[in-house]
Amino acid sequence: MTKPCPMPSFDPLKNYEKTRDEIGYVSRKEATLNDYKRIGFKSGLEVHQQLKTKSKLFCRCPAGIYHDHDDYDAEVIRHMRPTLSEMGVYDGTALMEFKTRKEITYRINNETACTYEIDDTPPFPIDPEALEIAIRIALAAKMNVVGEVHIIRKQYLDGSIPTGFQRSAIISVEGELQLKNKKVRLIQLSLEEDSCREVSDIGHSRIYKTDRLGMPLIETVTYPDCLTPDELAEAAGYIRFLNRSTGEVRTGIGAAREDVNVSCEGGSRVEMKGVAHIKWIPELSHNEAFRQYALLNIRGRLQKMIADPSAWKLKTREITEAETQFHFAPVRAALDRGERVIAINLPGCRSILSHFTQPGHVFADEISDRLKVIACIEKPNMIHSEDIGRDNFNNLFPEVAIWLSAAPDDAQIILWGPDGDIPTAIETVEERIRLALEGVPNETRKTFEDGTTMFERVLPGRDRMYPDTDSQPIPVTTEMLGRLGRDLPVDVSLRFRQMKDWGIPEDAWHYLLSKNLVRLIERIGDELGFDHREVGILIGHRFRSLEGRGRVAEGFSHETLYDLFAFLKKEKLLPPVARLMLPEVVSYPGVPRQTLPGDDASPVPDFAAILAATGFNPLSMNKIRSETRELAKRFAAICHNGHREAAVNWVMGQLHMNAIGIVRMSEVRKQVDSILEQTEQQL
Amino acid sequence: MTEDFFQGYRGEALALLKKYSVRVWGNAEIETTRGLFRGTVLPRAENNDDLHIVIKIESGYNIGIDVTTVTRMTETGYNKANYKIPEKEFPYSDDKPTVKLLGTGGTIASRLDYRTGAVIPAFSPGELYGAVPELADVCNIHTEKLFGVFSENMGPEQYMTLAKAIGKEIAEGIDGIVIGHGTDTLHHTAAALSFMVQKPPVPIILVGSQRSSDRPSSDAALNLIHAATAAGHGDIAEVMVCMFGPTSDEYGFLHRGTRVRKMHSSYRSTFRTIGDTPVATVRRGEVKPIKKDYNPRRSDRDVKIMPYFNEDVTMIYFYPHMKVEMFHSLIDQGYKGIIIVGTGLGHVNRELYPALERAQKENVAVYMTLQTIWGYVHMFVYETGRDMMAKGVIPLGNMLPEVAWAKLGWALGQTDDLEEVKKIMLTPVNDEITEREPYNGYLVYQGGVPEVEEFIRRVHK
Repeated sequence: MTKPCPMPSFDPLKNYEKTRDEIGYVSRKEATLNDYKRIGFKSGLEVHQQLKTKSKLFCRCPAGIYHDHDDYDAEVIRHMRPTLSEMGVYDGTALMEFKTRKEITYRINNETACTYEIDDTPPFPIDPEALEIAIRIALAAKMNVVGEVHIIRKQYLDGSIPTGFQRSAIISVEGELQLKNKKVRLIQLSLEEDSCREVSDIGHSRIYKTDRLGMPLIETVTYPDCLTPDELAEAAGYIRFLNRSTGEVRTGIGAAREDVNVSCEGGSRVEMKGVAHIKWIPELSHNEAFRQYALLNIRGRLQKMIADPSAWKLKTREITEAETQFHFAPVRAALDRGERVIAINLPGCRSILSHFTQPGHVFADEISDRLKVIACIEKPNMIHSEDIGRDNFNNLFPEVAIWLSAAPDDAQIILWGPDGDIPTAIETVEERIRLALEGVPNETRKTFEDGTTMFERVLPGRDRMYPDTDSQPIPVTTEMLGRLGRDLPVDVSLRFRQMKDWGIPEDAWHYLLSKNLVRLIERIGDELGFDHREVGILIGHRFRSLEGRGRVAEGFSHETLYDLFAFLKKEKLLPPVARLMLPEVVSYPGVPRQTLPGDDASPVPDFAAILAATGFNPLSMNKIRSETRELAKRFAAICHNGHREAAVNWVMGQLHMNAIGIVRMSEVRKQVDSILEQTEQQL
Repeated sequence: MTEDFFQGYRGEALALLKKYSVRVWGNAEIETTRGLFRGTVLPRAENNDDLHIVIKIESGYNIGIDVTTVTRMTETGYNKANYKIPEKEFPYSDDKPTVKLLGTGGTIASRLDYRTGAVIPAFSPGELYGAVPELADVCNIHTEKLFGVFSENMGPEQYMTLAKAIGKEIAEGIDGIVIGHGTDTLHHTAAALSFMVQKPPVPIILVGSQRSSDRPSSDAALNLIHAATAAGHGDIAEVMVCMFGPTSDEYGFLHRGTRVRKMHSSYRSTFRTIGDTPVATVRRGEVKPIKKDYNPRRSDRDVKIMPYFNEDVTMIYFYPHMKVEMFHSLIDQGYKGIIIVGTGLGHVNRELYPALERAQKENVAVYMTLQTIWGYVHMFVYETGRDMMAKGVIPLGNMLPEVAWAKLGWALGQTDDLEEVKKIMLTPVNDEITEREPYNGYLVYQGGVPEVEEFIRRVHK
């Protein structure tokens, strides 16, 4: 076949590298403050934190019990349909998700879900325990607490909640966090029900389980005040410490999740959903800001190539069994599956498809991701004229271009999928190019451990809010605020200062705050008279190391540490002895005290027995002195040319179990040193 | 009419809004002892207290401000919401059947009513098409709003209006009729229409929703699609109720209007055929009969419209040791027909006998139905039953209590002759009394049984 219009040669990999350099992408390691200033990095957080309550928020199912995927008693199917907002418009996300036509299956386990979860019973009154915890946290954050809590419905058409909306309510608005070097303002704190956990999502079928659904959580939202990824991570850590400082929130996998909102100058708010670890936030937000910066560059290029965006149109042509010349392996496979294959010409899009967006990703991925999510066509769902890496079909595309009567500035895509999904698929491609002409689309993106993200859905706006007609507003009286405002946890920034003042090493701060242990150190210091620093090191280093090695029993209560120090005080022992006792003490699975009828039933470890078992054999100072002399003589007998230093060490070793906890070892060392000196002189 | 700038506010809250000249839909800055709040003032539901002002804040959430904490308010703008359900012209096509949707006040599509905090239905074909575009694939739709009442306010007057409207539509050549209706008394209306509209040539489908259409998971749209399918394409020309089969969004049932009952306060699958199977299942594009005996669709326009109802009919739910005065008071009030909902096989206590005798003497029609819902009245089994029959109480077989009420009202609306009434009552129009109860007519499985649990795990509930 002759080529009437040979396409100029094009290297997509070179284009990827070139465009990456064009926007000045730097890795997070290399990035400086100036890079973030240059691209106008701006970011804020939505921190979700589950509350430690016995039951769920709007029904009386137990909270915090989880099941395996296959552990269910029944299944229910639902389809979601967009509804009008209170202000009379449809929400954009809702319409997109309606387009996806997902069949959603909910797995129900009778132990953790009732007819409420599955939307067959209206809500019961809000869980008072959850409401009170949320108000306490709002007060601890010094926010403005509302006069009346109004439950609203926040639409989610992805099916993650069977009603199609999340019941949510604002508890407080406006506040600020004092980070190390800056302030981050808070927009609001809401109390809401948690969503389902996804089991699978393939094609048009998505499966959820309902164990987590309905558990109470709070969402703390900040203004986009963070100007670097590090500030963002610091703010996330601060909010987590604040929540945990109440001791009334859940910890562990999935108990706290962050949504991260990022934009670059001229970009749009993009939400990265459900980041489970704070340590992932910097890399994700860094890459997202640069992705937006790249999309703005793409817009610039497109605007140059497409004179009149409103007249821009893609051209499609179906590849059937007849067009054998285009039956590349994936095309052949799709036809064999009985799917339709469509070739699309994208006028003016040359060098766009292989334009850098994220490390290892190009603009074509943005299209492929949307085909998966919106048209429900599993990946791989397309090939294109600027593919990098993969089986290279690039040399075949010039023929496709001719078949589509393409111009040299055009790019081509071949996509495939079930017949019913093809119209949506073509619309999806066209829409993504149109959005590229406008800039950065508002999206919710799914995050990956490697720091990259993919399209999840269109970012919902305020139009998805609707008053909950099933529930009454709940007044928050001044009396109630007074009662809940008593014994509020100390401000996190104050906690930082306390630890600094006490001299607790900085490497222990993060751990002590995240486990809410500063208050315990404070109590042991203030109430029992021990040195805060020493207690802090014992817990922040020794206890933490035992925990890291899996030596701490499940359900071990931190209160037991208080009891341990109370025991030391009673026995007039010094803290170092606690070091010896800790490994045994922490092996006691504590039972939550408040659930026990009386103290005698509480399995407090027998500290005296534990102490005895360590081999501890206390001697009085006088005895230690005389013992030292004896030992010095024995040392002299066995070692004639030893240095005094070696002698001291040897004697200290011999005396360790007699002296620890009775006198400071530094004191003993001084004694031993002087006795040895005398002995040497006598010899 | 002057515009109400303070919709729903009263007492202290109203005084405060007036004092600072802040209107509903005004953007307000409110300084309080709990800090500053900003947002759009929203109307307040009338039944809520007068101590809070509701605002919508920037993020779209609503919150309430305690009026006792307010120190200052300023209106900084005004932004009245213009609420409208998007209307799109319904695309008519000649090759599709035409269905008439008669509105009574149900919630197929709806919007919020600030006055009550409840939802208001939307209705025109354009609005419906905007909300449920799939309808255009099923049929052409004409709508007529007969009245806008909540289900519990439906009554004999509405039944008769509906019956006449149905007659008119049939005469004019409609292919099927759908009646939108609240669910609480859907089965009362279905029963009444089954008697008032006899041998129709086209399907007459009553439909509602258990979840209002302002929710994404509402059953309203799918119920409407099912109903339109049954009305436009189905072969069963009877008065039927069309609601969810399982609670899942899968298929609907067509229940005979005389054998259907609402059985759960909130489940989607609340309507069940009692003592028999449903007539058919309905999915998108398909009506599949379960029962073989039904009245098939005809091309003639013959129908017997009998819009009669005597409102002096009541129903009394018996309980142990009921005082005879209860029954006397019904006769004193002038009721001409009484449906007893009796215990077990159809019993009341002896204490009521004098009143039963009085009813017989004073020409009051007394009929017996069952609290057990399932099964037949059997008044020959025990002596008490025979005693009661001697005192004029007539057993109604397996007629459902609500159906008996509707039928007795309809019968007494035609004649005062109690012998005639008895003949009407005991002659089934459309299976309100069946000759036999099939074995699968009573299926209330109990959880916990391994076989049942296995079934529930396998088959969508």
